[in-house]
Amino acid sequence: MTDPTAAASAGKMETRAQEEITAEGHGARPGGGADDGKQRSLWGDAWVSLRRRPIFIISAVIILFLTVMALFPGLFTSVDPTKADLSLARQTPSADAWFGYDQQGRDIYARVIHGVRASLVVGVLATLGTVLLGSLVGLFAGFYGGWLDAILSRFADVFFGLPFVLGAIVILSTFNPPGTSYGPVRIIFQVIFSIVVLSWPVTMRIMRSAALTAKQQDYVKAARALGASPTRIIFRHLLPNTLAPVLVYGSIALGTYIALEATLSFLGVGLRTPVVSWGVMISDAKELIRIAPHMLLFPAGALAVTVLAFVMLGDAVRDALDPKMR
Amino acid sequence: MSEPILQVRDLVKHFPVKRGVLFRRTIGQVKAVDGVSFDLNKGETLGVVGESGCGKSTLAQVLMRLEPATSGTAMFEGQDIFSLRGAALRKLRRDIQIVLQDPYTSLNPRMTVGDIVGEPFEIHPEVAPKGDRQAKVRELLDVVGLSPEHANRYPHQFSGGQRQRIGIARALALRPKVIICDEPVSALDVSIQAQVMNLLAELRREFSLSYVFIAHDLSVVRHLSDRVGVMYLGRMVEMGTEQQIYEHPTHPYTQALLSSVPVPDPSLRGQREIIRLTGDVPSPVSPPSGCRFRTRCWKARDLCATETPPLVDPGTSPVEGATWPGGDEGAAHPSACHFPEEKPKVVA
Repeated sequence: MTDPTAAASAGKMETRAQEEITAEGHGARPGGGADDGKQRSLWGDAWVSLRRRPIFIISAVIILFLTVMALFPGLFTSVDPTKADLSLARQTPSADAWFGYDQQGRDIYARVIHGVRASLVVGVLATLGTVLLGSLVGLFAGFYGGWLDAILSRFADVFFGLPFVLGAIVILSTFNPPGTSYGPVRIIFQVIFSIVVLSWPVTMRIMRSAALTAKQQDYVKAARALGASPTRIIFRHLLPNTLAPVLVYGSIALGTYIALEATLSFLGVGLRTPVVSWGVMISDAKELIRIAPHMLLFPAGALAVTVLAFVMLGDAVRDALDPKMR
Repeated sequence: MSEPILQVRDLVKHFPVKRGVLFRRTIGQVKAVDGVSFDLNKGETLGVVGESGCGKSTLAQVLMRLEPATSGTAMFEGQDIFSLRGAALRKLRRDIQIVLQDPYTSLNPRMTVGDIVGEPFEIHPEVAPKGDRQAKVRELLDVVGLSPEHANRYPHQFSGGQRQRIGIARALALRPKVIICDEPVSALDVSIQAQVMNLLAELRREFSLSYVFIAHDLSVVRHLSDRVGVMYLGRMVEMGTEQQIYEHPTHPYTQALLSSVPVPDPSLRGQREIIRLTGDVPSPVSPPSGCRFRTRCWKARDLCATETPPLVDPGTSPVEGATWPGGDEGAAHPSACHFPEEKPKVVA
């Protein structure tokens, strides 16, 4: 057996020069510079390419801005969002109150700022929860197949079969029997919990089908021939190739989850006044849309911008993780 | 020839065909590989040819332990590779590697070339200490004729031939003794095929490798192989040196295969007999009794339906009346036919 070190010098292929041309043709690296000595990985390359994408920068700035708003609402408004003055009810936007007043005479601008926290926490955590839980279960079901897949899939079907609103009402009213009143933090986490429990089968199905496709690929065969462990195959080979559809779904679902929180608030099982959230505001505004459209417009607009930012972020991350899209 | 490094005996791989939604029952077996035996000698290339669906790739997968064998043995340096578990199996992975057919799906599109070629070292960290790996990857890329600067690129930035070189570098990383090439050039352009085959030939010399070279292209196999086995419907029908198979074929299936190879010289056209087989390859779920080729064979008789011809030298054939039809002694080789006979004018 010869050592490759020795062989390398002897084994120059005369064909190299011919084939090199094709590589140089599309060899223009996204990084711009020539190949440096450092070996890079998919995630490292993805980060380099993300930083150069305007869409990523815009969406990251919006999300950062919303996060600051959620953490320190006092930086943006000094008005108490729960202070009600009925004489100002349903007044349209003015210099005093940029977004106008609602039915109870509360400052809508202050309420939008203070509502970020609940909406963002519900949206982000519920998305993280469904994506993590669903992806993991889906990956294992798709990779191992057989009876494990059968059990996990039927288990997911049980939750998939429950209508969301009905299921959430059951879960939330079990945890909060009528007559009790818990703090907003507890209710937010119960809302997140019920969203995750009732929505994870969707991501699980997406991930499972992607894993089923990916595991048939020859590169998985090659990895198995090299003696790669199942963990290695799942996380190094399957996961990067199955993440894209789940990321897209997750970024769209985030907006739905913020809206779901609003639905639950509207039904009286989610967050309730005096807690401020966009969901609560949108459901308050529903009946007054003809009389005072600004009551709906501002919280709904804020929701749309937030969802858009996350969708753009999801898109940018998906593209960055696909070397062909760089 | 030197001693055999890989001895395969009566290898069988059946895939069950299942029906039913809740209670799946087996309604049949696809007999993909059905009793294949061969020896691979050290430093030798054994070509395996046969048309699509004859079980060539299944043979490769079973030998790689990617699929469990139904029965039979395969001894690698005295160890039965089908009984290895755990650490011993990991050790075997270092000794036997595979080059897969399709260079477009055999490389993970989301890994850099450096990661792909370096993965064997991550799986077998004892082969190369961590600091050495990057240098080893560069050496490997150099050995297969790629520039080491390509390590940070992704597979889609390469042409088919270059991708196959990456696949070869990956298979070579652990310095195996045997490489199973599962149609390594059939997905490539003809011009690139030659380059990749020359590379394989060169690597064989440098690293004293033994190849099991699977292909459906007769000329490709001839170029690289010392010995050739012809497969039909899960069985080896004829086995011999490259010269014996290509110049003195005695099995009717081999003769038909060879007569289908196009003749490049127009002035030589029409000088040889073209054997046209009728019908399709029978289903491997229920292969014909006796000789599997009898349904398409022009020599088939009653005997062929009742008795399975063994793959033995004609001299030792138990069947009465089977004689070696003259010719030189060196041309005698195993042929699984009751009536082996050289046919004039089928070989170009």
